[in-house]
Amino acid sequence: MDTRRTPRAVIDPKVRKVGFFAPPEPSQSGLPDPIPLPSSSLSPVMIPPPRHSSENLLHHARPPASVVSGASSVSIEGSVVAGGSYGSSSELFPAPMSPASSSYSSSRFVGGGDGDYCLNGVAVASPGRGGGKAAASFPRGGFELTEAKASSVPASELTTVSVVNDSSLGIRERDKADNGRGSALEMKDQTANSKQKKDKTTKAERRALQEAQRAAKAAAKAEGNKASGNVTSGNAKPAKATKPPQKYEHGSLLPDLEAKFFQLDTVHPAVYKAGLQYLSGNIYGSNARCIAMLQAFQDAIRDYRVPPEKTLVRDLTAKISSYVSFLIECRPLSISMGNAIKFLKTRIAKLPLTLSESESKASLHSDIERFINEKIILADKVIVKHAVTKIRDGDVLLTYGLSSAVEMLLLHAHDLGKQFRVIIVDSRPQLRGKILLRRLVEKGLSCTYTQINALSYIMHEVTRVFLGASSILSNGTVYSGVGTACVAMIAHSFRVPVLVCCEAYKFNERVQLDSICSNELGDPEVISKVLGREDVNYLDGWANTENLQLLNLVYDATPSDYISMIVTDYGMVPPTSVPVIEKEEEEDLTSHHHRRQTGTHKTGNGGDDRVLAPPVEDEEEDDVVATKQRRRPRSDFSYGCTKKKTRWLDGDDAVALGGGGTVAMSWREEERKKDD
Amino acid sequence: MIMDFQVVVLAGGVSKKLLPLVSKEIPNALLPVANRPVISYVLELLELSNLKDLIVVVEGEDAALHVGGWISAAYADRLHVEVAAVPEDVGTAGAIRAIAHHLTAKDILVVSGDLVSDVPLGAVAATHRRHDAVVTAMLCSAPVSGPSESGSSGGKDKTKKPGRYNLIGLDPTQQFLLHIATGAEVEKDLRVQKSILRAAGQIEIRADLMDAHLYAFKRSVLQEVLDQKGTFHSLKHDVLPYLVRSQLKSEALLNGISQVEENGTEKIIAQSSQQMLSQILANASEQTFHQRYVLGPNGTSFRKTHKCCVYIAGSNKYCARLNSIQAYSDINRDVIGEANHLSGYSFSAHNNIIHPSAELGAKTTVGPHCMLGEGSQMGDKCSVKRSVIGRHCRIGANVKVVNSVVMNHVTIGDCCSIQGSVICSNVQLQERAVLKDCQVGAGFVVAAGSECKGEILAKK
Repeated sequence: MDTRRTPRAVIDPKVRKVGFFAPPEPSQSGLPDPIPLPSSSLSPVMIPPPRHSSENLLHHARPPASVVSGASSVSIEGSVVAGGSYGSSSELFPAPMSPASSSYSSSRFVGGGDGDYCLNGVAVASPGRGGGKAAASFPRGGFELTEAKASSVPASELTTVSVVNDSSLGIRERDKADNGRGSALEMKDQTANSKQKKDKTTKAERRALQEAQRAAKAAAKAEGNKASGNVTSGNAKPAKATKPPQKYEHGSLLPDLEAKFFQLDTVHPAVYKAGLQYLSGNIYGSNARCIAMLQAFQDAIRDYRVPPEKTLVRDLTAKISSYVSFLIECRPLSISMGNAIKFLKTRIAKLPLTLSESESKASLHSDIERFINEKIILADKVIVKHAVTKIRDGDVLLTYGLSSAVEMLLLHAHDLGKQFRVIIVDSRPQLRGKILLRRLVEKGLSCTYTQINALSYIMHEVTRVFLGASSILSNGTVYSGVGTACVAMIAHSFRVPVLVCCEAYKFNERVQLDSICSNELGDPEVISKVLGREDVNYLDGWANTENLQLLNLVYDATPSDYISMIVTDYGMVPPTSVPVIEKEEEEDLTSHHHRRQTGTHKTGNGGDDRVLAPPVEDEEEDDVVATKQRRRPRSDFSYGCTKKKTRWLDGDDAVALGGGGTVAMSWREEERKKDD
Repeated sequence: MIMDFQVVVLAGGVSKKLLPLVSKEIPNALLPVANRPVISYVLELLELSNLKDLIVVVEGEDAALHVGGWISAAYADRLHVEVAAVPEDVGTAGAIRAIAHHLTAKDILVVSGDLVSDVPLGAVAATHRRHDAVVTAMLCSAPVSGPSESGSSGGKDKTKKPGRYNLIGLDPTQQFLLHIATGAEVEKDLRVQKSILRAAGQIEIRADLMDAHLYAFKRSVLQEVLDQKGTFHSLKHDVLPYLVRSQLKSEALLNGISQVEENGTEKIIAQSSQQMLSQILANASEQTFHQRYVLGPNGTSFRKTHKCCVYIAGSNKYCARLNSIQAYSDINRDVIGEANHLSGYSFSAHNNIIHPSAELGAKTTVGPHCMLGEGSQMGDKCSVKRSVIGRHCRIGANVKVVNSVVMNHVTIGDCCSIQGSVICSNVQLQERAVLKDCQVGAGFVVAAGSECKGEILAKK
């Protein structure tokens, strides 16, 4: 073992009680209630609500969150949660204004008297005798008289037989018809009124108000449903309100959301499609999800028109926020998506006021385009270029699950003619390793496929572990698909270097010490069922069991101690250097004129050697220079990185680091080299 | 145009299958189901789904005039409806051709005007969008023959029924349509395309599903197919099977491919990153057999495919089409019976609807699952079971009405017995007429004491 390496206590894998916890309240902002338990020293952890189902917003009257006794709640010892959970990072996703504005249906109820609309003359006329003539006589005949070509059927003209003047009218009339609904309407008006008052109230008051309103609304709604009989049961679920708060609603969410397809007309179709694809699992992987989201936003921005008497910057930001909250409803955002949204919002906020609407939209469009190209596609290319240098002939590489970066890396290495073997470790329930396996085998790589249970056996022969990541947190913790931590830990105990491939845009400033404090809950149904094994049905009907809680975590956190190296588009860095990259990336994303071209990064020496390293107390080596004064290098992970100086138009003298350069390997790797 | 969808309601004209119930004055769309024109069920369903801009296509100008008139009276300021008249017998494909130049949205929702259902249309549309499909068809469980068939309608339908199979092939995930054959096409053998079977690995052939004639089409593809294939007559029998057949050798320029071609003018770098982008997206999205087929065994060949999706309505949803006299009786019974939430009326404690202005004689009983329209009068000792009676009917004493539909302004003499029959408007039944499984056309006069069974009575 390298003696220079300062002995660092490897954090033991934390063993925690994962027990029962109260279903968190579906708060609007997603803020976990910070209710301290005085009697217990353990702080209960609320897993953030998996989704704000619109059902909740509309129908559910949930009691204010009550935390069950400390003993039975999930406990962590001394964990620091910075930043917060998905929903709570409020600077990313500002909380919706009020229940009224966030519940989709309510926007149709426009306040005001009944007499404020006038009917357009209802044109009833004989349907087109001579096509053109008929159309000319109708005021609404806005259709061109193009002849349908290549058809034997003469084109027919449309006759407007009934016109809706005010789109809210129909619904309003129906609501008037039955009293129950009428009260719901009033409730909504009330909410709208309270919106003005809102500004002066404190956060806590607002929350209380919201809660009360939601309860009242749900009650009114339930009444309304009763009063109107079964008429509305086509898409409303009257029985919902009486059910006890459900632990998980994923199963019912997709049909619900699909049924509401046309009701949610505030959501752009492209965004809606992306959301549905997240929800149904058609798109997975944080890169793909991020790209899908950004492309949806591109479409939405293209179709966006600034409403009269509004400014683009504010209105578009609000619009994007509403889209984001819809996407969250479908599936919690990944950190990469959060970063991308942050980027987009910064770009919107920094749009010069002098730009016209179309110029602004074009600018945003190209910004998104550039983000996708630079931060994801080129970044992946650079990552592959770096990481492939770590693959040598005769290697046995192990990967877990499906990571787009790792897949590209393996295929690239294969294209270069390197001789190596791949072991794909997979786990239920997603079994995405199979997808990777299929594609690798198709390309002619020699693969071994195994389940995670066999990991300790297979690890003997492995020379390197390549993993993907959903995010890398600033303490070097790798936040990735569940099971990654297990793989990394076993590899660590077998002294196999673990390399994590992660684009820099996925880095996040928050710190998370374990997997439970912020995570996404998957559908518990999928772990209770085994595909193709109908006979394994011991857990059928589990939802009715009071004392059973199935836990299907989607992500886990791997402590940095088990990670040898992180491969990013800035080069290969040890996990301790993450804050530097994170800072660079942050500046890059939020800078006004960002001119960094990832594509121009060159491998090789483009400048003086610099080192990225986080602040660390001990300073032993002199050959390392911190990029910034406050950052102190860490000795045992010394490495050089080419630096590329870029002109920052705003005069920032920050240093953008070119990717590539020589990279010192982790001690273990050096050790291996010696062995070789 | 909500969510970039346009809605076309194909209301049909005067169907031969429904004679003598329909006429020039009462085309298919206006045939009353529980005293409401059948098209109102579709319009209400659309309104419930927040779809308020509709194009209603009616065959025949007279019919269009009537339908348009009714819609404008009933749905003024609720829906924005435009009615187009097309010549008769152009078929559903022809109807779409005729209004093709009005279609501008990305996707088109085509609904048959004779659909009585409570399936959320949004779900169909959302499924369509989610898969980026070329066509999405709604399937629902076919009406179980047996109890519904007993007690009504003549033997003619029964002999037809066994031949009218709908064979539908689905992939194992029940999301994609792999095969569709209807009615006459099905003979002894079932021909399944090898390429599709090979690509999908497994086809589930179902005979218990019915095509509800509710489709979401991608507009560009629909128009292209209609333009190119001038002989296509029907969406259900020509267009849909064609799209299903050609899903692995797509001739229409569809998903993505055209986009790549458009981008060809851009820089090479841009294109390569574009390719990588689509690669990333494709790699990380759920692989359907289409994508696997595109990749092929070597992963190099590039074949064009498109997706034909299905939305299978849940078993708790009601879904029926009024396309035969049998179906007419069934739907009437269901709408006031088990699927009574569709009727939009509130039922009394006895589970029936009797309009307050209706007058009942002494000892007259109206059973559950019955409906008695406005201003109808019934004499003494009558009995009504599972039947719909329209407005302003005059029914004498000692009349039995079972499992029947009596439309408006019908006069029924004393001691008549009506069972499993449909009596159209303005019919006069003289005393002691006995009808079993008959259809009586509008304005017909049934002579006193006549006994009919399984007949069609209409004015010549």
